Amino acid sequence: MEKTINITLKVWRQASPKAKGAFETYKLDGISTESSFLEMLDVLNEKLVSEKKEPVVFDHDCREGICGMCSLYVNGHPHGPDEDVTTCQLHMRKFKNGETITVEPWRSAAFPVIKDLMVNRNAFDQIIQAGGYVSVNTGGIPDANAIPIPKPKADEAMDAASCIGCGACVAACKNGSAMLFVSAKVSQLALLPQGKIEAARRAKAMVAKMDELGFGNCTNTRACEAECPKNVSISNIARLNREFITAKLKD
Amino acid sequence: MTTINSKIPAGALADKWKEYKDHQKLVNPANKRRLDIIVVGTGLAGASAAASLGELGFNVLNFCIQDSPRRAHSIAAQGGINAAKNYPNDGDSVYRLFYDTIKGGDYRAREANVYRLAEVSNSIIDQCVAQGVPFAREYGGLLDNRSFGGAQVSRTFYAKGQTGQQLLLGAYSALSRQVNKGTVKLYTRYEMLDVVIIDGRARGIIARNLTTGKVERFFAHAVVIGTGGYGNTFFLSTNAMGSNGSAAVQIYKKGAYFANPAYAQIHPTCIPVHGEFQSKLTLMSESLRNDGRIWTPKKKEDAEAIRAGKLKPTDLKEEDRDYYLERRYPAFGNLVPRDVASRAAKERCDAGFGVGTTGLAVYLDFSEAINRLGENVVRARYGNLFQMYEKIVDENPYKTPMMIYPAIHYTMGGIWVDYELQTSIPGLFAIGEANFSDHGANRLGASALMQGLADGYFVLPYTIQNYLADQIQVPRISTDAPEFEDAERGVKERIQKLLSIQGKRSVDNIHKELGLVMWDFVGMGRNEAGLKTALERIKEIRKEFWSNVYVPETETNPNIELEKALRLADFIEIGELMARDALLREESCGGHFREEYQTEEGEALRNDDKFAYVSCWKYAGEGNEPELIKEDLTYEFVKRQQRNYKS
Repeated sequence: MEKTINITLKVWRQASPKAKGAFETYKLDGISTESSFLEMLDVLNEKLVSEKKEPVVFDHDCREGICGMCSLYVNGHPHGPDEDVTTCQLHMRKFKNGETITVEPWRSAAFPVIKDLMVNRNAFDQIIQAGGYVSVNTGGIPDANAIPIPKPKADEAMDAASCIGCGACVAACKNGSAMLFVSAKVSQLALLPQGKIEAARRAKAMVAKMDELGFGNCTNTRACEAECPKNVSISNIARLNREFITAKLKD
Repeated sequence: MTTINSKIPAGALADKWKEYKDHQKLVNPANKRRLDIIVVGTGLAGASAAASLGELGFNVLNFCIQDSPRRAHSIAAQGGINAAKNYPNDGDSVYRLFYDTIKGGDYRAREANVYRLAEVSNSIIDQCVAQGVPFAREYGGLLDNRSFGGAQVSRTFYAKGQTGQQLLLGAYSALSRQVNKGTVKLYTRYEMLDVVIIDGRARGIIARNLTTGKVERFFAHAVVIGTGGYGNTFFLSTNAMGSNGSAAVQIYKKGAYFANPAYAQIHPTCIPVHGEFQSKLTLMSESLRNDGRIWTPKKKEDAEAIRAGKLKPTDLKEEDRDYYLERRYPAFGNLVPRDVASRAAKERCDAGFGVGTTGLAVYLDFSEAINRLGENVVRARYGNLFQMYEKIVDENPYKTPMMIYPAIHYTMGGIWVDYELQTSIPGLFAIGEANFSDHGANRLGASALMQGLADGYFVLPYTIQNYLADQIQVPRISTDAPEFEDAERGVKERIQKLLSIQGKRSVDNIHKELGLVMWDFVGMGRNEAGLKTALERIKEIRKEFWSNVYVPETETNPNIELEKALRLADFIEIGELMARDALLREESCGGHFREEYQTEEGEALRNDDKFAYVSCWKYAGEGNEPELIKEDLTYEFVKRQQRNYKS
């Protein structure tokens, strides 16, 4: 049942944030189509190490599509050509024998390269720190069922909350905008009574931080939604805009 | 001989925690600002602890090895979190959650700790809802529950199949709020490489900045370890690639006891291994066992035909399928605890009834549920899990049964802590999966999230104050102190040693060898001869590692091979400790199954007369056998019984 393919990889190599990067070409034979894309890169790295060369640095951790750490731009798409998956869930069966595969890091001013394919996404943490929470301390909380929440609202909040913070939306956007990421958190919390109370404050604080960190504007190209591995909808951006405008009008 | 004090408060089971809190020492707000606490790890335990301690006004330094606290592997927990709310009115209570957890752990956990866990479980749900965690709800607007293994009530709260993600993002948001307020300072892409002990107390850590490669020193009045479990000792596990046991090994070598290392959980429903390039195993949530039925073919010739690709599972008639869990355990059926389900799967496959190309798989079938509920209901409950399965295996589980097989998932053993979650080193605490405390020899599903958050939100923020109350006069110690210097030198020498070996084998190559030894001899079925073989083989692997590993010295960082090598050195120590502990424990209990000790029906056979204790291992220096210290598990409130999931 197991099938193997031979591939050529063009991989972005860059020694440090300030160094000049370039593509290196590697040939790999006998890659199992059952293996994941990152397992294929493991094979490449084993080969490089055996040749006493430096392995390719890339971010990855859970390898089941939920931690949001993996971040590769594969053949011109964030997380590669398959739909609704992160790079770690992309499988080699999606590629043809003899294919040349181009692997790049996220390209965005707000996500500088650390080394090779690894980028710095600290800006996302900073945006959340600016206001992506409900301001409650631990303890002294009323019973969880004290406030009923309509199921459709709760479900909609869950859909927005499924964002994994990978940054594919920013990488996909020609403006390098973080609107999908920001709007997902703003929506999740604005939809719930617990988060509604400070919705205006939150929207303003997060948008201000996003602007400060050098992310671009949203021009509704919908590239973010198309490339999002978790199908976060751009209707969240509309909700963010509503929250933001209402907040600004009140000022 | 070393003695051990678990500091369990006296009194009735239900009053212990209240009694403790009523009489413990506290730190006043002005003094809290003067006290520094290091929290290592940002998973459910670490993030919730760092956030809560920051809220209280302590000065917190929080470390994680990933680029963001939100990546910690708690995020991958799928199914849910238990609490004794009894919203469904189906007979649940704090006592019943306590009892199920004690029984599920095969009577090898502390009664007082487990009762406290059950007691605070309800506050966790309240807390998470207040943070905006979008738990699943009924049409009436109230919270929904489902069932997990080892329970006859529905007490599991969930957020689709992404409960861990939502709970972690809740803790992460609380943590982020404190970072904004300046009470918590975050250190991302940092890895702890040693703890610093001054005058017998934990006073800081040595950590390596993974981006620059620089080894740095950090002082604190107390250090908290929330770095998760050591399942990756097996190379293949459901843990994340970066999950490691190094913090645990470092503090073990400085004097913290390692408790019950042999207790590892093998999860029954993982996607089977596909080939030698495989890097990790993917879990399919236990919640699937609410509606999925587990079976293998009844006839060997059918199993053989399926393995050869000549027969499809959907071709098999109902009477030709053996729903072996329902057959063996009528009362709990497909929802028996994980250890029981895993062993039953192994038993069927060993007997020749396994499916898949390797014969190391059983079916998890949803056809009955789809007929009963409709595909849409099944999709609403498990859609993301089905999608994940399809992306990995390339088969549609709505049309053909899933294939699953057990895999290493969680470690119940870990750093020994007393009732205050303090290790045997004063000022050093361990929380979440990193400690050993609440799950005995087997953890029930949906209890890891509960324990991580219980420790971080509701237990440690109290108990750590009892320690810190008499530390308020201690000034911040300079990191130029000789103890910091020594610890840093030790770390740098270890790194230099690894870089200087310049051998022939890669880190992963040696790690895979260790993993196979662990799986074959320290896995689901263990026996004396096998464990002795494992101890021999691990010795050889250690020698091979320290003489023939190749770690490149890179001009710039990160140096990913060096990071892995440092972790593998510690996994080798843990592997040996696991085998040693498993050899000592001449009984079967929970996840620890010694083939010599089983009932006639193949169930785990405990020996309460000889082994009703926690085995605590104390490091005795390189090359020496560690000292065994026993903490007796006296049961005052529950009668130990042979676990029964049949009737």
